[in-house]
Amino acid sequence: MRLDGHLRFDNYIVGSANRLAAAAARAVADAPGTVYNPLFIYSASGLGKTHLAAAIGWQVSQRQPDAMVDYVTVDEFVEQLHVAISTGQAEAFRQNYARMDILLLDDVQFLTGRRETQGELLRLFNQMQDAGRQVVMTSDRPPSEIPDVDKRLVSRLSGGLIVDIGSPDFETKVAILRSKCAEREVHFDADVLEEVARLEFASVRELQGALNRLVAVAALGDEPVIAGTVRRLLGARPGTPRHNTVATAAGDGEFLSFVADVSAAVASTVEEWKARLSEAVTTWGERGYRTTVLERALALPRSPDVDGLLATFEGAVSHLQRLEEAAATIDQSTRGLGVFRDPEGVAAAEAFLERVQAAGAPLPRPSSDYARDRFAVSASNQLAVRAADAVVGEPGRRFNPLFIHGPSGVGKTHLLHAIGLGLQQSGEERRLVACVSAPSFVDDLIAALQMGTLDVWRARYRALDALLIDDVHFVAGKERTQEELFHIFNALVAQGKQLVFASDRPPRELDELADRLRTRFEGGLVAQLHPPDRALRAELYRRAFAHSGSSVAAEVVTYLADRAVASVREILGTANRLMTAAEVAGVSLGVSLARTELEGGVSPAVAPTHVAGVADAFFLDDEKIIWDWPDVGGRAIEELR
Amino acid sequence: MSIVNYATREITCKLVYYGPGRAGKTTNLHYIYEQLPAERRGQMISLATQTDRTLFFDFLPLDLGSIAGFTTRFQLYTVPGQSYYATTRNLVLQGADGVVFVADSQSRQLEENVESLQDLHLNLGEQGVDVRSLPLVIQYNKQDLPRDLILGVAELQDELNFRDVPHFAADALHGLGVFETLRCVAELVLRRLSQPAAGA
Repeated sequence: MRLDGHLRFDNYIVGSANRLAAAAARAVADAPGTVYNPLFIYSASGLGKTHLAAAIGWQVSQRQPDAMVDYVTVDEFVEQLHVAISTGQAEAFRQNYARMDILLLDDVQFLTGRRETQGELLRLFNQMQDAGRQVVMTSDRPPSEIPDVDKRLVSRLSGGLIVDIGSPDFETKVAILRSKCAEREVHFDADVLEEVARLEFASVRELQGALNRLVAVAALGDEPVIAGTVRRLLGARPGTPRHNTVATAAGDGEFLSFVADVSAAVASTVEEWKARLSEAVTTWGERGYRTTVLERALALPRSPDVDGLLATFEGAVSHLQRLEEAAATIDQSTRGLGVFRDPEGVAAAEAFLERVQAAGAPLPRPSSDYARDRFAVSASNQLAVRAADAVVGEPGRRFNPLFIHGPSGVGKTHLLHAIGLGLQQSGEERRLVACVSAPSFVDDLIAALQMGTLDVWRARYRALDALLIDDVHFVAGKERTQEELFHIFNALVAQGKQLVFASDRPPRELDELADRLRTRFEGGLVAQLHPPDRALRAELYRRAFAHSGSSVAAEVVTYLADRAVASVREILGTANRLMTAAEVAGVSLGVSLARTELEGGVSPAVAPTHVAGVADAFFLDDEKIIWDWPDVGGRAIEELR
Repeated sequence: MSIVNYATREITCKLVYYGPGRAGKTTNLHYIYEQLPAERRGQMISLATQTDRTLFFDFLPLDLGSIAGFTTRFQLYTVPGQSYYATTRNLVLQGADGVVFVADSQSRQLEENVESLQDLHLNLGEQGVDVRSLPLVIQYNKQDLPRDLILGVAELQDELNFRDVPHFAADALHGLGVFETLRCVAELVLRRLSQPAAGA
């Protein structure tokens, strides 16, 4: 047995039955080799002989770290002696023991009949005593009652102090029980411990066994441990001495006692490092983390660096948790994905986060350049504009979806963004509005398919409060895009979220568009933006000239408004062209200049602006320049002739 | 058989009660079964003949609950003692973590005891198990019978316990020595855990 400080004086409970033995042992420990040498302690089994002997050894080794202290049972001593003799090391054996400052010899009763050992011990005792070194012996009986022992040895054994330890009394038993409870960090009511102490136990070891049983019962939680149940739990019949129950059935107690003993055996044999690793396996496994690396370590024949391994593992887990958190801020649906649960696959998790981040860049918002108040209204576009206003006022309820169509340059994109801005700003909460063009919608989808982040891509769109898609005619012929759009459409409409589409033609004219989408587009409101009418043209010219800071006569605006145009864009182009021409000519813009410009004048728009003011006269000659080319069809007919 | 599974935190031990016919192996298991708290009583499976001899084997699962964080189960088996069930005995013995040899203390049964013990060694040898490393406990049952019918423990020790394994006198019918035997073999088995190379 190793003297590991487990058995000390301060955890040895002293009562009337062991007071003398304890006092003698303390005296020996305080001054080894001087007071009682040898000290011979005897008692029935389990009353604390070994505890006292070990406590002496521990205290001496604590006070004198250099002291040679050895604790050995007679059995071990015999074994060592036999090995020494058979290997010719008998002298080394003797010298080894002769060097001891304190020899603690346990279970001396086993010297019976071992003549050689007795002789060897006699010699050793003589040597040690002559040198003033301490011998402490324990036995289950006094020296005179150990049969078949050399009389000279008996007299040596009896030469110091012989003390015995009796069975503990009630108070000592209660004290022992309390001390053991404190040691094991368990708690029982005082009357429970007193009830246990009232039972007759032949030894302290049995008393501890009884406590173990109660601890086991309490741990099972099957029934409360109270004073009234103690006797039954311990298998003692009320009012009968305990020894009557030794040989016969002891009821639950016998099984529980068995469980308690097995518990002790398991606790002492389960290797601590494996227990720690398996605990970690269980803990992390329950949280969904893969623990294969720990399981591999468990299978190793020897203990690996458990601390290092667990630290690395836990480090990887917390890194994964950070990655998971980062991904979840972009897309909640990534939370709890398996890729964040494998501490051996941190690299994969990092790559996944990168993909999520790439795919999760915020969707384009409506541009603030296209404010609603800058969108001029007239009869040609008022239906669409009113619909747009209604959508902003009651998103998802009035017209869902709103489908705006019209030729190029009539303000579809402007109106779309204006709706988006309106949706974004109205309402109590800031709405999540995306304004995307169909080509970039398609590109995004292709990229998501490529990177395997389709779920993330879908989740981003489905999380929107409003989705506005410009140039939706581009999805024609793109089956996969239409399929995804269909699902997003349904998901958003189901949640009452607004959808707005802009296209150059109405849904019914969109070729290669799946009917399920077409019918859905038509299911809301299809509103057309016509080319600007006269009133709108006048208004737009006024705004264009005012925007550039030019003051233009009303009759110019009237003249220009009378001219039919295909789009708003054309109006803006004309206004710019006229203002540049006026600037080049160094005059203010009048109807004649406008007429010259538009109906046969020189267009500074084709002249590089850097020559303004020094324009070559060549460009001013109407006859040499063809301003209005015949259209391609006309030219073809000409050429055919 | 793996005793400790760290991954699932389970300890499972297979203990086999071996011995000649009518020595009291099933009686041991019955006594243990009766001592179990009602809520822990699993099912004891006993395949007995009409004359109450064990035909195939008895099986008693002992669920000890969670010990040191490990779900601990003991599986107690008996073998049929009659000599003509040699194959069954061999089968039941496979994977045993510990063996209790139940000897019949009656003088006239001594030869059966010796034969059965030899049979045990033979079977273990066939299975490649080192008898010296396998936890083994001998129980001298029926020590309650009149002195003139039985052999004393010392005599039985001389005849049977040449390896000096732990031994217990028992009266399995009344439970004397039953749990002591079980406790001893269980502790021997568990102690082997700290010597991973042995028999693994």
